[in-house]
Amino acid sequence: MDERRADPDAILARIEAEETRARRGKLKIFFGATAGVGKTYAMLEAARSKRAEGIGVVVGYVELHGRPETERLLEGLECIPHLAMRSGGATIREFDLDAALERKPALILVDELAHTNAEGSRHLKRWQDIEELRDAGIDVYTTVNVQHLESLNDVVAGITGARQQETVPDTVFESADEVELVDLGPDDLLQRLREGKVYVPERARIAIENFFRKGNLIALRELALRKTAERVDAAMERWRVAEAVSSPWLAGERVMVALGPRSDGENLVRAGKRLATALRAPWIVVYVETPDLIRLPESERNQRIAWLRMAETLGGEAVTLGGGVAADELVEYARARNVSRLMLGEPTRRGLRRMLRSSTVDRVLAGAAGIDVSVVKTTEAQRVARSPLLMRSRAYLAPSASGKRPWRPYLLAVLAVAVTTLVGVLSDPILNDTNTALIYLAGIVLAAWRFGRGPSVLVSLLSVLTFNFFFVEPRHTFSVADGQYLVSFAAMMAVGLLVGQLMSRVRLQAQVAGRRERRTSLLYAMTRELAATRSVESMARVAVRHISEVFDAQVLVLLPDQRRRLRMPSGRPEPASLREVDMSVAQWVQDNGRPAGLGTDTLPASSARYVPLAGTREGGPAMLGVLAVLPANVRRILLPEQAQLLDTFAAQLAVAIERAELSEHAQAAQVRAETESVRNSLLSSISHDMRTPLAVISGAASSLAETGSRLDPEARRELAQSIFDETKQMTQLVTNVLDMIRLESGNVPIRADWISLEEIVGAALNRLQQPLAAHLVEVDLAEAPALMRGDPVLLEQLLFNLLENAAKYTPNGSRVSVVAQREIGAIEVLVADDGPGFPADVDPTSLFDKFQRGRAEGVQGGVGLGLAICRAIARAHGGEIRAERIPAGGALFVVTLPATSESPVMSGEDES
Amino acid sequence: MTEAPHAVLVVDDEPQLRHLLRTTLAAEGFRVVEAETARRALIEAASHKPDLVILDLGLPDADGGTVVSGIREWSTMPIVVLSARTDEQQKIAALDAGADDYVTKPFAVGELLARVRAALRRAARPADVAGPLRLGPVEIDLERRRASGPRGALHFTPIEYRLLAALACHRGAVATQRQLLREVWGPDHVDQPHYLRIYMKQLRDKIEPDPTRPRHLLTEIGVGYRLVSDPDPQSAA
Repeated sequence: MDERRADPDAILARIEAEETRARRGKLKIFFGATAGVGKTYAMLEAARSKRAEGIGVVVGYVELHGRPETERLLEGLECIPHLAMRSGGATIREFDLDAALERKPALILVDELAHTNAEGSRHLKRWQDIEELRDAGIDVYTTVNVQHLESLNDVVAGITGARQQETVPDTVFESADEVELVDLGPDDLLQRLREGKVYVPERARIAIENFFRKGNLIALRELALRKTAERVDAAMERWRVAEAVSSPWLAGERVMVALGPRSDGENLVRAGKRLATALRAPWIVVYVETPDLIRLPESERNQRIAWLRMAETLGGEAVTLGGGVAADELVEYARARNVSRLMLGEPTRRGLRRMLRSSTVDRVLAGAAGIDVSVVKTTEAQRVARSPLLMRSRAYLAPSASGKRPWRPYLLAVLAVAVTTLVGVLSDPILNDTNTALIYLAGIVLAAWRFGRGPSVLVSLLSVLTFNFFFVEPRHTFSVADGQYLVSFAAMMAVGLLVGQLMSRVRLQAQVAGRRERRTSLLYAMTRELAATRSVESMARVAVRHISEVFDAQVLVLLPDQRRRLRMPSGRPEPASLREVDMSVAQWVQDNGRPAGLGTDTLPASSARYVPLAGTREGGPAMLGVLAVLPANVRRILLPEQAQLLDTFAAQLAVAIERAELSEHAQAAQVRAETESVRNSLLSSISHDMRTPLAVISGAASSLAETGSRLDPEARRELAQSIFDETKQMTQLVTNVLDMIRLESGNVPIRADWISLEEIVGAALNRLQQPLAAHLVEVDLAEAPALMRGDPVLLEQLLFNLLENAAKYTPNGSRVSVVAQREIGAIEVLVADDGPGFPADVDPTSLFDKFQRGRAEGVQGGVGLGLAICRAIARAHGGEIRAERIPAGGALFVVTLPATSESPVMSGEDES
Repeated sequence: MTEAPHAVLVVDDEPQLRHLLRTTLAAEGFRVVEAETARRALIEAASHKPDLVILDLGLPDADGGTVVSGIREWSTMPIVVLSARTDEQQKIAALDAGADDYVTKPFAVGELLARVRAALRRAARPADVAGPLRLGPVEIDLERRRASGPRGALHFTPIEYRLLAALACHRGAVATQRQLLREVWGPDHVDQPHYLRIYMKQLRDKIEPDPTRPRHLLTEIGVGYRLVSDPDPQSAA
């Protein structure tokens, strides 16, 4: 074995990655240290040479900044007209994404990757527009400066003192197929600035004095060069893995960042990203939701979720863990995921408190043997400044006023002290004050147990004061004669605080567990009902009912048709169905497989959230539909737990739909197979049953035509008779096949009418006069009602087929009977004979299947459709037919028809 | 019975079927005129004034029913309809429009000839209806409303008499449900076939020796009823 052979998994991963890239449009980024280095110019030049190669190039959006040499390059290039958007009274030019998608050029130029779109655009950011262009298979050229990269955002802010508001996730930058560094030395750049080639003169002067200081420019240039080098390095690494060049691969490196109670998560995440990039290692950001953290104000908790989201945009994996002690959870998870480096924020507790209770950092250090632990220190300035991404997340996560009444437990606490005091006063004559103190202590414990930490402090304090006031000598003063009591006071205080603290912890943990259990049970309820549902449409209904209840929202599940266009569900809507759904947003979600609407970065102005139902179809990933949710209160969706819960519901629904589709496919395949086998048996059956009579007919007819004159009249008559008989046989055959086809196709309308069973039997017997001439026919229809509902033609056919069978399969002289029996809610018609009955090896129930015959092919003709037709007719009437052996010999067919309780209105006749 | 041979107009778009009918009818001494479309049929009927029309309902240019009503505008010449077994509605429509009888395809030539002869006989002797009706051992005088069976006098209600008279009118041929309902109960009752069912049962119970296997009051399932009287030679055919 060649040890250095490429790892098959790695090759597969590369092929897959290449395939995805091949389908997607290619992205080339013209990357620069600052504005003015000539990115746009370089991009346009590259575009012109592409066009010279014969590639269709279109300019989507280019910012000219009034630079004439750039403008000259635009000449002769096709430009997509800009979209005029109104924003705050001013009209802004914007890139027209839809026009670009409509035009679908091979290559499009869209300047300024980090641009924030005007309000009302589909996406918040231009990089999202570009992602969509690439999804549509369009190659894109774009430009970006180093300071716009999310992971370098704080570094750049540190250098220049100005925080960039417009950022691009590193994932976008890293997903680029090509990055071309447009480099210009600081002196040349300053020269260009002074010459007014970058900005108009007065703006240029301000720029030079602030952002464009030489020191800044050198630092930014270095950053840009380093970033480019990193990319080249990564490309090199990919090549190495592909070509099995033995590499200095940092085996198994994995970085984990733990977000803690401190508000420095943003820097932690960025530091983690930088370390992971440097190590070329995957990285995870973990947030442990301990009881302490659940107690944090809503806004703080939301912020942590925002950090997790930021980590995702930077290419990390975001994970939320639940548990009592953060350090234990972290170490356990780190071990489970083979983490090599763990990053933590600096400890929250300092000095004495840190000595009393070890911090998470200390505990992790104690437990994480074999894992490098780094502690990241943050400065106050960094903490205050927030990335624009976070600002945005926070904007809609503003906490609302709590609906509870927080003062209530305090009031009750005061009441508890009053009661305790009353009990103490009443029992004062009997008890000494040591026991009174114990009553107080009991009150404190009770109150702490019942009301939690805050009120328990209050109760302790009040108890000490009232005990002192009412029971400690000198009474009715707050002074204390005996110093011993101070110990009692201290003990009372300590017990109250301790119990309160303990209880609040227990309660929070119960709350956490309760919440988790509630989520699980809600999910379980839906999953269970989905499991019992078969069709995708009913699943959609089940989901609407459950999700609307859980999220107090209007909900709709939109499913795609064959051409992947979403359609509104047909049929009566559920009460909680979303009535006004924005189909264009939903369709976008369906096409792009990303959530949109409320609380997302795409079309955030929409009042509903649209979640894709992702699954697989025919082995590849596919969108099974879109879940639209319009909550009565937007917080029901924006809260992190709720958002997670919604995603989980959507995932469950997607799994269920996938299962239903699979089983539908399997069923369809089975039906196809059955149809195929029916067709085959029909063909073989017909070919046999048609060939024989045809052979007889053509033989008899040819001898009549050729030698007819020489034959004696009797022979001629016989030949003619055989032609006639065989023709009748074939007629019957063709009629049966046609009847079966008509009945099976389901377009034979039942012409229900008032019929008389006597007439039907009479007509059938009349048609069979000849075949039944030698049989003994008995009819007893006394129990049949005078009139019943049914299709006379079809029922006559049914009886005809049964009686014809009796005539065909029994010897002359056999008894054939037709009897009507009244059953509860039904009329049974029994057709019996005393012939040989069914052969021993034939299952009577299988007789009604198509192409079944009681006996193997032989003298009796017929395709074996007669009984299948009988069953089809009986079922079309809401009835059934069965066959039984008569023990004494013979066959019995029982046709059950539903009896109607109603009877027709008839006016009587006056006898005259 | 007549010197000149009867002329029969055969209307069918299938040449093989026309050929068969021409050969058979000519052998039986009929003079045959042919038409292959509804339009031609009306022209031939008007110009040749045949004694009888054999009409296939599945014509390419128009419904057979239009031919029936076209002819009925000016003539009572007997019309025998040919139809497939599954086309009850078409058949009923043609009969309601005035066709005398029908034969279901595929048919035995003997049955067709019997129907043709019966129709010609009815056309020749319309007054025959007035005579006493003989149904096996039962004899019914429709004029005087008197009837006798093997066990003495039979009693029929007025409606039963009317129904018997209506059936006798179409003696040997089919009377559709609508025709009978209109003639006996009036035009308001044409959609209430249950009246017919009940009274037919009553008649059979009184007339037929075995009502479940009738010999005189036959049911044409889904279409109507046919009264077959004894002296009618058709029952022997």
